[in-house]
Amino acid sequence: MGAPLNTGFQMGTPVFKVDRDPDRCIQCGVCVNQCANEVHHMDSDSWMWTEDEKCVACQRCAVLCPTQAISIKDFPVIFRENSHWGSASIREIYRQAESGGVLLTGMGNPRPYKNYFDHLLLNASQVTNPSIDPLREPMELTTYLGNKGDLISQVEKPYLKLKIPIMFSAMSFGSVSLNVQKSLSAAAEEMGTFWNTGEGGLHQDLKEFGPCAFVQVASGRFGVHPGYLANSAAIEIKIGQGAKPGIGGHLPGEKVSEEVSLTRMIPAWSDAISPAPHHDIYSIEDLDQLIETLKVATGYSKPIAVKVAAVHNIGAIASGIVRAGADIVVIDGFRGSTGAAPMRIRDNVGIPIEIALAQVDSRLRDEGIRQQASLVAAGGIKNSADVIKAIALGADAVYIASAALVALGCHMCQMCFTGKCNWGLATTNPELSKRLNPEIGIQRAKNLLAAWGHEIQEMMGGMGINAIDSLRGNRLMLRGIGLNSQELDLLGIKSVGD
Amino acid sequence: MKVISIPEYCLGCGLCEIYCAAQHDGYNGNVLKAYKKGKPAPRSGLIKFSQMSWLNTCMHCDDAPCLNACISGAIKRDENGIIYIDENRCVKCYTCVMVCPYGHAQPSSESGRIIKCDLCRDSEGIPACVSHCPNAALKLVQGGAEQ
Repeated sequence: MGAPLNTGFQMGTPVFKVDRDPDRCIQCGVCVNQCANEVHHMDSDSWMWTEDEKCVACQRCAVLCPTQAISIKDFPVIFRENSHWGSASIREIYRQAESGGVLLTGMGNPRPYKNYFDHLLLNASQVTNPSIDPLREPMELTTYLGNKGDLISQVEKPYLKLKIPIMFSAMSFGSVSLNVQKSLSAAAEEMGTFWNTGEGGLHQDLKEFGPCAFVQVASGRFGVHPGYLANSAAIEIKIGQGAKPGIGGHLPGEKVSEEVSLTRMIPAWSDAISPAPHHDIYSIEDLDQLIETLKVATGYSKPIAVKVAAVHNIGAIASGIVRAGADIVVIDGFRGSTGAAPMRIRDNVGIPIEIALAQVDSRLRDEGIRQQASLVAAGGIKNSADVIKAIALGADAVYIASAALVALGCHMCQMCFTGKCNWGLATTNPELSKRLNPEIGIQRAKNLLAAWGHEIQEMMGGMGINAIDSLRGNRLMLRGIGLNSQELDLLGIKSVGD
Repeated sequence: MKVISIPEYCLGCGLCEIYCAAQHDGYNGNVLKAYKKGKPAPRSGLIKFSQMSWLNTCMHCDDAPCLNACISGAIKRDENGIIYIDENRCVKCYTCVMVCPYGHAQPSSESGRIIKCDLCRDSEGIPACVSHCPNAALKLVQGGAEQ
C-alpha cells in the first residue's frame, strides 16, 4: 500500500447554498466576522464570496445580517430522483469513502419515525364537570420527586420540591459552554426547579448553584469528589443516554481546556473518555451497591436518580432500578439529544419515550413499587403539550435540554461535535462562548419555563384539574389518534371517540 | 446617561456602528438606504484590539473637556445631560479631538466637521447601538464620567 492520496477532490456537492442578495448586501462584513465555519469572505476590495461547502445552515449570518441580504437554501440536488437512495444516503457514503471514519453528528434523532406525542389528544371539561380558569383560581404545579415510601414509614426520605415539573437535563461543561450552564443554573434556581451538571463536574464559578443541581456520576467519574456530591440537590447515576444507548462518551482532547481539565479533574488537553458501561456495574446488584455507596457518602440526605436510555424491555430494567434503591428513575427516549454521537447509533437505537414511559409506569404500578421512585421523562419534549402528555402517561416531571438550548439560540444545525457552534452554546472556544451573554440566557430560559407553566395551567384548567398531582398517570385524559390497537394498548390509552 | 461597553460579551460584529449610522443623518434607522443610497457616518467606532473589542463612545462627561474647549459653541449639553454637536457651528478647529480623553470626537470624513454620539436624542427609545446589540454588550446607564 502506498501513502494516502492527498487529493482535495470531493464527490459531493455542497448541501447548502448561501444566497446573498447583491441589492441588499452592504459589505458590512458581519457575516464574515460571525461565521466560525469560514463560509463568508470579503477581499480587501470589498468583493464578497462564499464557500458553500462549509455551510452548516446554522443561520448565524442570516439572523445577524442587518439588511436580510442572506438566505440559506438547499443546494439544488443534482442526483437523479430515487426514493430509495436519497441524497443524504449518497452524501454519507461519499464522506465515509473520503474519511474511512464513523459518521458523527449532534442533537437528537431527526428521522421521520412516528412521534407518539403528536398522536395523543387531551380531554376538556364540558357540562358534566366544570373547567377551571387558571387566571381566577389557584392552579398547583408543585411537584415532589423522591421515594414517597409507604404510608406508615416514620422515616422521612429525602425529596426535591419543584415549582414547575420541568427540569434542565444533563449537559456537561465541555459539551456546552460555561455560559450555557450559568444561564440554565440561575434560571433553574429562580424558577424553583433544577438543572443538571452532566458528566463534567461542577465548575467553581457555579458552586452557588450546587443546591439546585443534579450532579452526575457517570462511567468516567469525571469531577466526582466528596465536595461535589455534598454540594448538590440530588445525585444522578448516568447509565445511558437516549441519543446513544450503549455508547460511552468521548470529549476530544482539543476541548479539554485548562478550565475543563480543572472541573473534570483530568490532565489538560487529554481525551476525556467515558466508557460505555460503568466498570463497577454489571448487574442490578452492582447498581444497588453504587446507590447505597452514594447514599452513605451523603448521609442519606439526597435522593439518588438513575438515568437510563429507553430501550427494549425498559419495564424490567426500571423495576430493577427501583428495587436497587433509586429514588428517581430517569428514562431518556430515542429523540434525546447529544453533543456528539455516531450517526447510526443516534438514528437507529432506542425506543420512543412515550411508549417507554407508559410501560415503566404500568410495570411499577403492577408490581406495587411505583411510590418508591419518581419518574422523569426525557428526550424530545418540544412544548408544554408534550409535558402534559408525558405527565398523564405517568411521569412525575420532565427533563428538557434541546428545548432549553433552542431558547438560548440553538438553530439545530446538528454540528455540536465540531466545537464551532456559532451561537456560542456547544463550544468551549472563548471567542465563541462569549456569544451567549448569561444575562440574556437566564432571561430567555426563565421565559421559556414561565410560558410553558402558563400553558400547562391552561390545559389543566380545561380538563378541570387544579393540581398537577391529579394529572399524573391519569391516562383517561388522553386519547390516541391514528394509532393501531397494539399501540393504544402499549400506551394504555383509549382511542379517540372511545 | 451614557452607553457603556461590556467587552466580555462584545462579539466585535460591528452592528452597533451600522445601526448608529442608519439612525443619524435622516435615515430613520433604514440601514439599506443609509448604506446603499447615502453616506453612512457612524458616530461611535468599534475598536478591536487583540482578542478584545468594544464600542468607543461618548461618556457624556459631567465636566466635559470638549464642551469647555469648543471655541465656537458648537458642542452643547441638553437638558438631559447629553453632549451633542450643532454641526453647522463647527469650525473644524478640532480642539475637541485633542482634549477628549476617550478619543471619541472625530471629524466626519465627508464634511470634515465633528460628529459624535448624541445618544440618538432625535429619535424615540433607547440608542440604536444598544437596542441592536445582539448580545447585550452595550448598556445605557445613568450618569456621566467624572473628569
